[in-house]
Amino acid sequence: MRRKIVPYLLILPGGLWLLIFLVVPLVYMASVSTMEGDVVNGFLQTFHFANYGQTLAAYKTQFLRSVVYGLAGTILTIVLAYPMAYWIAFKGGARKSTYLLLVLLPFFVSFVLRTVSWKFLLADDGILLAPLKDLGLLPQDFHILATTVAVIGGLTYNYLPFMVLPIYVALERVDPRVVEASQDLYATRAQSFAKIVLPLSLPGVFAGVLMTFVPMTSDYVNASILGGPANTMIGNIIQTEYLVNNDYPAGAALSFTLMAVMLIGIFVYAKALGTENVLEAAAR
Amino acid sequence: MSGPVSPALPTRATTEEATPGAPRRPRTRWGDRLLFGYTWLILLWLFAPIAVMIAFGFNDTRSKSNVTWQGFTLKWWGRLGEYPDLTTAVLNSIGIGLLATLITTVLGTLLGIALGRYRFRGQGPTNLIMFAAISSPELVMGASLLSLFVSLGVQTGFATIVLAHVLFSVSFVAVTVRARVVGMDGSIEEAARDLGASTWVTFWRVTFPMILPGVVSGALLAFALSIDDFVITQFTSGATITFPLWIYGAVRIGVPPQVNILGTLIFAVGVVIAVVNTVTSRRRV
Repeated sequence: MRRKIVPYLLILPGGLWLLIFLVVPLVYMASVSTMEGDVVNGFLQTFHFANYGQTLAAYKTQFLRSVVYGLAGTILTIVLAYPMAYWIAFKGGARKSTYLLLVLLPFFVSFVLRTVSWKFLLADDGILLAPLKDLGLLPQDFHILATTVAVIGGLTYNYLPFMVLPIYVALERVDPRVVEASQDLYATRAQSFAKIVLPLSLPGVFAGVLMTFVPMTSDYVNASILGGPANTMIGNIIQTEYLVNNDYPAGAALSFTLMAVMLIGIFVYAKALGTENVLEAAAR
Repeated sequence: MSGPVSPALPTRATTEEATPGAPRRPRTRWGDRLLFGYTWLILLWLFAPIAVMIAFGFNDTRSKSNVTWQGFTLKWWGRLGEYPDLTTAVLNSIGIGLLATLITTVLGTLLGIALGRYRFRGQGPTNLIMFAAISSPELVMGASLLSLFVSLGVQTGFATIVLAHVLFSVSFVAVTVRARVVGMDGSIEEAARDLGASTWVTFWRVTFPMILPGVVSGALLAFALSIDDFVITQFTSGATITFPLWIYGAVRIGVPPQVNILGTLIFAVGVVIAVVNTVTSRRRV
C-alpha cells in the first residue's frame, strides 16, 4: 500500500511545476489568441478568430522565410554533423569523450555572445573581410552581415552540436562486427555504409532534426544580430508583438500558427520515416 | 566456432595483413585522413567566435565599437567593473543559475527516480509532458508565461526567471537521472535491505551514491542551460537584466571589451568544471 504512493509523491513537485507553468499557460495562450484588447485596458474573450487570418495574412512572408531558413539550417547541420559524428564514433578510439567535450565546450559561452562574436568576425571592416578587401580579392562593397547567408550560417553554427550528439549516439550503438560481417560477404565500403550504417543511424538523425528544426524556425536572435530588415523571421515578429507592441492576442495567434506549422512538419516527417523511429527518438 | 573452422574463415584484419598491396587499403586510409581533417575543420569553426571573443577582450579599442583590431592591451581587465549594470547583470545570471539549478536538481532527481524505478499509472502522461517541455520552442513557452503573468498581475523579475528556468531544464535532469537509475544494479539495494538497512538508510547510503554522477551531470546541465538562456529570460525578466540580456541590449550601440572578458571568465570556469566532471566520472565508472 505504502509503496504504491511513493512514485506519485516523487513526481508530484516536478509534475505540478510542469503542469502549472507549461500546460496552463499554453491553454491560456490559446484563449488569448482569440481575445481582443490590449495590456492597458485589459483583454476580452470575444472568440475573435480573425486574429489568425489577419496575422497570417500580414506576416506570411516571415512565416515562409522562417520555415525555409529552418529547413536549410537543418539540412546543413545534417551534412556538416554526420561525417564528424561518424569519424568520432568509429575512429575516435580512446579520445572519443575528448572530442565530444570539444564539441560541447563552445556552449559554455553564451549563445548571444557567440552570435555577437560572429558579428565581429563578419563585419564589413572586421578581421575576416577587411584584409581580403585590402588585397583586392573582394570588392569594397562586399558584405555578409544582413544577408540570408549570415542568418542561415548563424543558425547552422548555433545548433550544430544538437545534431552531432544524437547522430554520434546512434552510430556508437552500431556493432562494428555487423559491418565486418557485411564486408566478409563482399560488400564494398560504400555498400555496407548505405545498407547497414546509414539505416541504423537514422533514428539519431531524426532526433537531431527534432532538436534543431523547431528551435531554428522559431529563433529570432540570429536574425536580429546577423540579419537585416530583409531577413526578419517570425520569431522577431512574435517578440515585437509581445514586448514592444504589447499586442498579446496577435502574438498568441502567431505563436499558435507557428506551433501548428511545426507540428504538421514533424508529423509528416515522422510518417515518412515510420512511427517506430519517432517513438525511439522521443523515448531518449 | 573455434578449432579448425576459424582459419578457414579469415577475419578482415588477417585479410588485410595477407594482401598489403590490395587497392582497398590505401583508399581507406585516405578516407580516414580526410574525415579526421574534416572533423578538426568543423571544430575550428566551432571555436572561431570563442577565439575572437577572447582576443577582443585584449583589444586596444578607443571607441565603444569593438570590431577592428587596434593592438594589444590589458587595460580592460583593470576596468572590468566600469559598467555597474553589467556587473549586476552577471551577478543576476549567477544567482538565478544557482537557485534554478538547486530547485531543478531536486525536482528532476525525484522525477528521474520515479520514472526509472517504478511502474505506475500516469507514467505515460508524465513522459509526454516532459517531452513537451523539452521540445516546445522557448519562444512559445516564454510568450505563454508572460501572458499568464500579466493577466494574473504577477510582477515579472528575478523570481519569474528562476521559475521559467526550472521549467525548461527539469526534464533534462530527470532524463539524465532516469538513465542512471535504469542502469543501476538493483541487487545491491536488496542486499542492503537483507542486511537490515531501513528504506531511508538504503536510499542515502546505497542508492543515492550510485545515482550521484547522474545527479551531478544533470545539475551542471541545468546550470549551463540557465546561465546561457536568452529567449525565455527575455520574456519573463521584467526590469531584471541578466548577462545575455545586457549583451543583446548593447549590440546596437557597441559591445564593450568588458563583455568579452566576462564571457572569457565564464567560459574558463565552465571548461574547468566540465573537464573535472569528465575526469572524475570516468574514474567512478
